[in-house]
Amino acid sequence: MDAITGENQIVYDARGLVEPDCAVPKVSKIDGEKATFDALDLTTRQINLELRWLINEEGITDVTVQNPGAKHSLGVGLLTRCKITFEGSLGYFACGIIDGPEVHIKGRVGWSACENMMSGTVVVEGNAGSLTGAAMRGGDLIVKGRLGARSGIDQKGGLILTMGSVGANTGFMMQRGRQVIVGDAGHGLGDSMYDGIIYVGGTVRSLGIDCVPGEWTDADTEFIDRKFRIYDLGTPPTFQKFVCGKKLYNYDNLEASERKLVL
Amino acid sequence: MCGIAGIIYKDGEHNIGQDMTRMLQSMKHRGPDSTGYALYATPTEHVVMRYTVANTTTPRDYEFQSRLKRNRAEVERRLARLDATIISNEQETDYAFRVTLDYAGDLKQIADQIEDVPDCEVLSLGHSLEIIKDLGDAETVCEQYHLDTFSGTHAIGHVRMATESDVDISGAHPYWAYPFSDIAVVHNGQLTNYFQWRRRLERSGHRFNSECDSEIIAVFLAEKMSEGLSLEEAMRLSLNELDGVFTYLCVTADALGMAKDEMAAKPLVLFESENMIVMASEEMAIRAIIDHEIDTYDPYEGEVMVWTR
Repeated sequence: MDAITGENQIVYDARGLVEPDCAVPKVSKIDGEKATFDALDLTTRQINLELRWLINEEGITDVTVQNPGAKHSLGVGLLTRCKITFEGSLGYFACGIIDGPEVHIKGRVGWSACENMMSGTVVVEGNAGSLTGAAMRGGDLIVKGRLGARSGIDQKGGLILTMGSVGANTGFMMQRGRQVIVGDAGHGLGDSMYDGIIYVGGTVRSLGIDCVPGEWTDADTEFIDRKFRIYDLGTPPTFQKFVCGKKLYNYDNLEASERKLVL
Repeated sequence: MCGIAGIIYKDGEHNIGQDMTRMLQSMKHRGPDSTGYALYATPTEHVVMRYTVANTTTPRDYEFQSRLKRNRAEVERRLARLDATIISNEQETDYAFRVTLDYAGDLKQIADQIEDVPDCEVLSLGHSLEIIKDLGDAETVCEQYHLDTFSGTHAIGHVRMATESDVDISGAHPYWAYPFSDIAVVHNGQLTNYFQWRRRLERSGHRFNSECDSEIIAVFLAEKMSEGLSLEEAMRLSLNELDGVFTYLCVTADALGMAKDEMAAKPLVLFESENMIVMASEEMAIRAIIDHEIDTYDPYEGEVMVWTR
């Protein structure tokens, strides 16, 4: 990658980070199908290269990453079934565009974790920042702490479950999938959602446009009980259910001008 | 994008110059254009003024060096005319100075007199606040201004990615709340009713040194506090009065506060322990000064928090 050098002679790559070394570090301790490595002195790129080398080339199925140090963009683009444990907090864009891994984060994550997640599970022991699970397509994302604003924006599938509260505009333009919020929800919950279901255990500061209370069914109870059992989250509280009111849902309708053309 | 950071110690002075440099350097990718610090030491009876006699955009022509000397001499003449006794006048760079004064008069008079000298700008004025800002990353600015040994109780800092205004010292954060001593602000975001508030505040007699929207926040808060509001009350009022997306930090001689707009569009991560409160746009900045795993969280939309020493 070409380095851009400005007046101050600071070297940047395309993301503005100084990461000149892009070789796989190969620092892991490998024991059968398990591997462990210390990320303390590694850059984001080196950590991700090490993960891909272990999983894709060495056939490792269980990786532990020590001292991730809240670095950004760790564990992204992993497309195979494997188990990854981060022994600490991650920064922005953690575990984006993953398809299959079972990830355990023993800390918190910054903004935009699990963006575009396709499948697999991610369990976060601490809090998560805003935009968590944005445009998520599938899989389970479990946050044991609280979530920031706009979680599950443009969510297209999968589950986002948080044991804490969530910020403003959670589920904004949500299209499918489910969100389970044990705590309180900020203002504008489910604003402009097209579809999907949001369950809230606490209070809702305000509902967004076209987000309305939904009718509780046995399938809702079964779904919540099953997820709480799978992730060992104890007894679920009583939830309120929210769905799309479909007043803004015009995708099956033609504009007046289009209708004329068709007719 | 920009990055902001703040730190307040509850147990006396620490090496906050070094702490803030580490935090800001780790967020260099959020703003490579300029870096700024507002550092607070234990208040003294003397007045400390940080000022510049040229901006980075001032033409470096043949007359440049002589203009710097002339401007500095003029600043010292004007201080003498105001009965301000100069105890020390340290030259940090070609164009930036730190002067310690024995002065009991109105600080606004000093600021107005100095800024009337062409190309001169008062960066900070007060009994404990010192604002240092310049182009480049935190390590560059720290080395230029010898900040690695600065001892103090609390601080805020900023790395800037210029969007609305020029890349120069005037556009760099933090902003001192002219003419109120010891109040400064750093901001990440955009204010959409900037001109409305600027005109209102100018009509009230305030002046602005930059075209940067963030300068409004400092003066707005200081004016509200001068009307009797506490820092927290003034910050809460700002959520209603300032329009746009923002997270900002404000510091006074003994407090540090954060405010986040109703959309929570700009990040802030917080860590609290027994002896310190640290916050930054990214957790990795906090981890730059704490070498073990910590429990952090993001404040929610519309939140205002204030901590005192």
